[in-house]
Amino acid sequence: MSFTRTPTAARSVQFSFDGMPVQAREGDSVAAALLAAGIDRFRTTPKQGKPRLPYCMMGICFDCLLEIDGEANRQGCMVEVRDGMQVRRQDQSREVRL
Amino acid sequence: MKQDLVIVGAGPAGMGAAIEARRAGLSVLVLDEQSAPGGQIYRQVERVTLTETARADRLGPDYAHGAALVREFRDSGAEYLPGAMVWQIEAGKVWYLSGDRAASADAGQILMATGAIERPMTRKGWTLPGVMSAGGVQILLKSSGMIPGADTVLAGSGPLLYLIAGQILAAGGRLQAIVETVPSSRYLAAARHLPAALGTGYLSKGLAMLMGLRRKGVQIYRGVSDLEVTGRDRAEALHFRHKGQAVTLTTSLVVLHEGVIPNQQITRLTECAHDWNPAQDCFEPRTDDWGNASVPGLMIAGDGAGIGGAWAAEAGGRLAGLEAARAAGRIDTTTRDAQAAPLRARLNALIRGRGFLEVLYAPSAPVPKDDATIVCRCEEITAGQIREAVAIGGLGPNQVKSYLRCGMGPCQGRMCGPVVTAIIAEERGVSPDAIGYFRIRPPLKPIPLAAIANAEPGDG
Amino acid sequence: MGSPDVVVIGGGLHGCATALHCARAGLQVELLEREAVGRHASGVNAGGVRQLGRHYSEVPLSVLAMQMWRSIGDLVDDDCGFQPSGQIKVAGTEAHMEANRARVARLQTMGFAHEEVIGADELRALLPALSDGHPGALISRQDGFANPYRTTTAFRRKAQSLGVRIHEGRAATALTRDGAREGGGFRIDTAQGPLRAARVVNCAGAWAGTICAAMGEPVPIRAAAPMMTITAPMAPFVSPVVGFSGAPLSFKQFANGTVMIGGGYSGEADLDTGLTRLRHDRLAVNLRTAMDLFPVMAGARIVRHWAGVEGEMPDAIPVIGPSSTTEGLFHAFGFSAHGFQLGPVVGLLIADLIQQGRSRLNLADFAISRFRTQDET
Ligand SMILES: Cc1cc2nc3c(=O)[nH]c(=O)nc-3n(C[C@H](O)[C@H](O)[C@H](O)COP(=O)(O)OP(=O)(O)OC[C@H]3O[C@@H](n4cnc5c(N)ncnc54)[C@H](O)[C@@H]3O)c2cc1C
Ligand code: FES
Repeated sequence: MSFTRTPTAARSVQFSFDGMPVQAREGDSVAAALLAAGIDRFRTTPKQGKPRLPYCMMGICFDCLLEIDGEANRQGCMVEVRDGMQVRRQDQSREVRL
Repeated sequence: MKQDLVIVGAGPAGMGAAIEARRAGLSVLVLDEQSAPGGQIYRQVERVTLTETARADRLGPDYAHGAALVREFRDSGAEYLPGAMVWQIEAGKVWYLSGDRAASADAGQILMATGAIERPMTRKGWTLPGVMSAGGVQILLKSSGMIPGADTVLAGSGPLLYLIAGQILAAGGRLQAIVETVPSSRYLAAARHLPAALGTGYLSKGLAMLMGLRRKGVQIYRGVSDLEVTGRDRAEALHFRHKGQAVTLTTSLVVLHEGVIPNQQITRLTECAHDWNPAQDCFEPRTDDWGNASVPGLMIAGDGAGIGGAWAAEAGGRLAGLEAARAAGRIDTTTRDAQAAPLRARLNALIRGRGFLEVLYAPSAPVPKDDATIVCRCEEITAGQIREAVAIGGLGPNQVKSYLRCGMGPCQGRMCGPVVTAIIAEERGVSPDAIGYFRIRPPLKPIPLAAIANAEPGDG
Repeated sequence: MGSPDVVVIGGGLHGCATALHCARAGLQVELLEREAVGRHASGVNAGGVRQLGRHYSEVPLSVLAMQMWRSIGDLVDDDCGFQPSGQIKVAGTEAHMEANRARVARLQTMGFAHEEVIGADELRALLPALSDGHPGALISRQDGFANPYRTTTAFRRKAQSLGVRIHEGRAATALTRDGAREGGGFRIDTAQGPLRAARVVNCAGAWAGTICAAMGEPVPIRAAAPMMTITAPMAPFVSPVVGFSGAPLSFKQFANGTVMIGGGYSGEADLDTGLTRLRHDRLAVNLRTAMDLFPVMAGARIVRHWAGVEGEMPDAIPVIGPSSTTEGLFHAFGFSAHGFQLGPVVGLLIADLIQQGRSRLNLADFAISRFRTQDET
């Protein structure tokens, strides 16, 4: 799955995903920006450890859950990207106990 | 401060209601989770029209109307709070999250205008990365100018599928195929409704689109069945049966769509009565002609009250706004009815044309045949597990939920609710009406624990 | 088909378990449930399987129940999702520690050793995510939790497999002594026609008071609606079930990462509709306690609140035993938000009473007669 983008006058925005810099356009949702950047997995499911990407892009399916600026379980499709935002994958099933 | 009318949702219905209620002098507060007015259909319409007229053109004349409606709404004097996510409605009070703070607004009347969701198209492999809903792909296109790759396959049924195909091509994209699940017998059945549909514009629009697709080299498969997406860690191929043959298309993006249904979460949360609509194969909240729900003080308008599309939603919203003004004593019944007359005429014309679409695009297989198909995406519960829960005495959705935790994940049952009801109905051989739906509990959407822990009523 | 020996009113866990144990004792049983089995408290509770901190009168029942939980599969052919994760009640102050030591000593004089006091170091080792400043805790290592709806379903299915007939969507609308019947007995009216039986067991949960009143022994039962909260999945940070001496709390994390928070804060229950309303002000107090104990909860997201309808007695222990006015009628209700763990045992004791006229454990503290007012006696 890959997307090409129509030309735009929108300002570009820089944020990070798992520490890597990502370019986006002002007005993108975090989910759109990551799909445009070709990210292949937002999270793994807590039960079976299966990879997931956004399905609905309108706040219904919750498959776009991400850690955004330190806060887990945020809907990437409902949050607009901002400069300097720190976004992380949610691989909960693999995280260790404290 | 108490508002005469609090509206949840700033789509066509919510905006229409706000405009009319304000005109009659009500104080109005509109809450919407999105960052700008427009709802799903006119999403980001202000930004798009301001900055990129070219893109607005591509998205069609409907989008231009949306821009005008948003302007009228902005000028109406209604208080509008973007980024406000409503998570609970109690008698005369709406709780919402603004930023990370919980707040509440007191309301004389409450209008729920939260629109539709796409009917979950539960097929084997639909949880793989690289499978998206058509609405989702449209949002990528509308809001971010993202055009999917040339190997993309659109599958399912419903007018939106063709609309989106047309928009992708108009944006300069290409498509591999459209795989339509409408059984060929449906075309005959739908033909009965043709005379009514002619003249509404639905048909001519549809035909024009179809011709355009063929010209652009998009393969069209009709009357297919047994859709399945396969792949290891992402979608690699779509399989189906077509004219008795097994077909496989290699693709990295499968776009699914099977029509839209009212988003019941908020009307279930508020314990409104719902009825089963067999023609559209979905539950609808019960309302009168003005949008009054079964619970006093609550109103419902737009696609959330019953699917009719953007124009019908706007008309329905305006009617609800007039009725709210009447209920608040700002206008009398005669004035309300006089102002409602042209809206009603318009609404009736729109409804006439829809019979054709309803019959043609009724979902072809709401219940996944294969037991291994995941129904609850959050908790990864399969159709087979649900059937088993029914077999051992799970009589309804709430029992199945308690037993399997299906519908208890972050999506709160939005993606599996309709299918769970359908499976139980099928297994027990009774109508979905008799089965009912998940009991929906607050919060309406997941919210930060800290916000509730620190909430004080009236923070707004 | 002839009249059953026993009719059980109420299809919660205790109704199903009573039916199961009576059937095991060879009795013919029918069960009436107004809505669906497990629809109320039994299907929606917190699932805590806890001996820790119980009322002293309940301890013998709770300990026997715990033995049954440990091999629950033998009884109902299903493990009920039971996890012996342990339960810990965190002390907030030295005074709590003092009370804990006194409690453990008293339990020892009664012959029970399942509860222990632990100090700050062991507490830290068991609950690394706990906030600082707690002097220790009370612990019961064999306790844990189970899946409440699955448990109730397992009891129902096992009862059915032993011949119990379960009628869902069928309410008992009136209970009368049956004059027409040889040797007495009851007529139980329902909208779908009457049933007759020699014995009736009242397991009607929060609704049980109506039956008592009708039989001339009114009880001060109150319909409570304990509220619960569940979060979106979080990285694993706690395995035992956690309570707190400083404020009502029940707190646990499931294998799928979700965290469940309760504590018995009540919403409002409507007995006519069976529906509940939440009280956000009280939920807020509950959630603040959870955040104070576990700072990671500040980053949690709530997916769902709910409440279940539960019968609560003024002294917070149930009514279990024979009616004080009516021969052949037995009661088991009013579990006051901690009846789930007692699920396997109460029906056993009722079956004892029905079969032998006395039960293997003393039920005197649970007698319905304790609520008789002076002038009635
Ligand atoms: C939110 C919550 C959390 C809890 N957490 C725990 C916990 O962690 N640990 C613990 O040990 N306990 C807990 N409890 C308590 C425990 O759930 C209850 O004590 C226990 O399940 C009571 O079972 P029951 O069968 O008496 O009642 P119920 O499950 O309420 O069953 C009574 C049934 O009777 C039916 N009925 C009523 N009247 C009639 C009639 N006239 N005819 C036919 N049917 C009728 C009702 O429909 C209902 O199904 C909790 C309770 C709640 C509500
Ligand atoms: S992609 Fe579905 S909720 Fe975000």
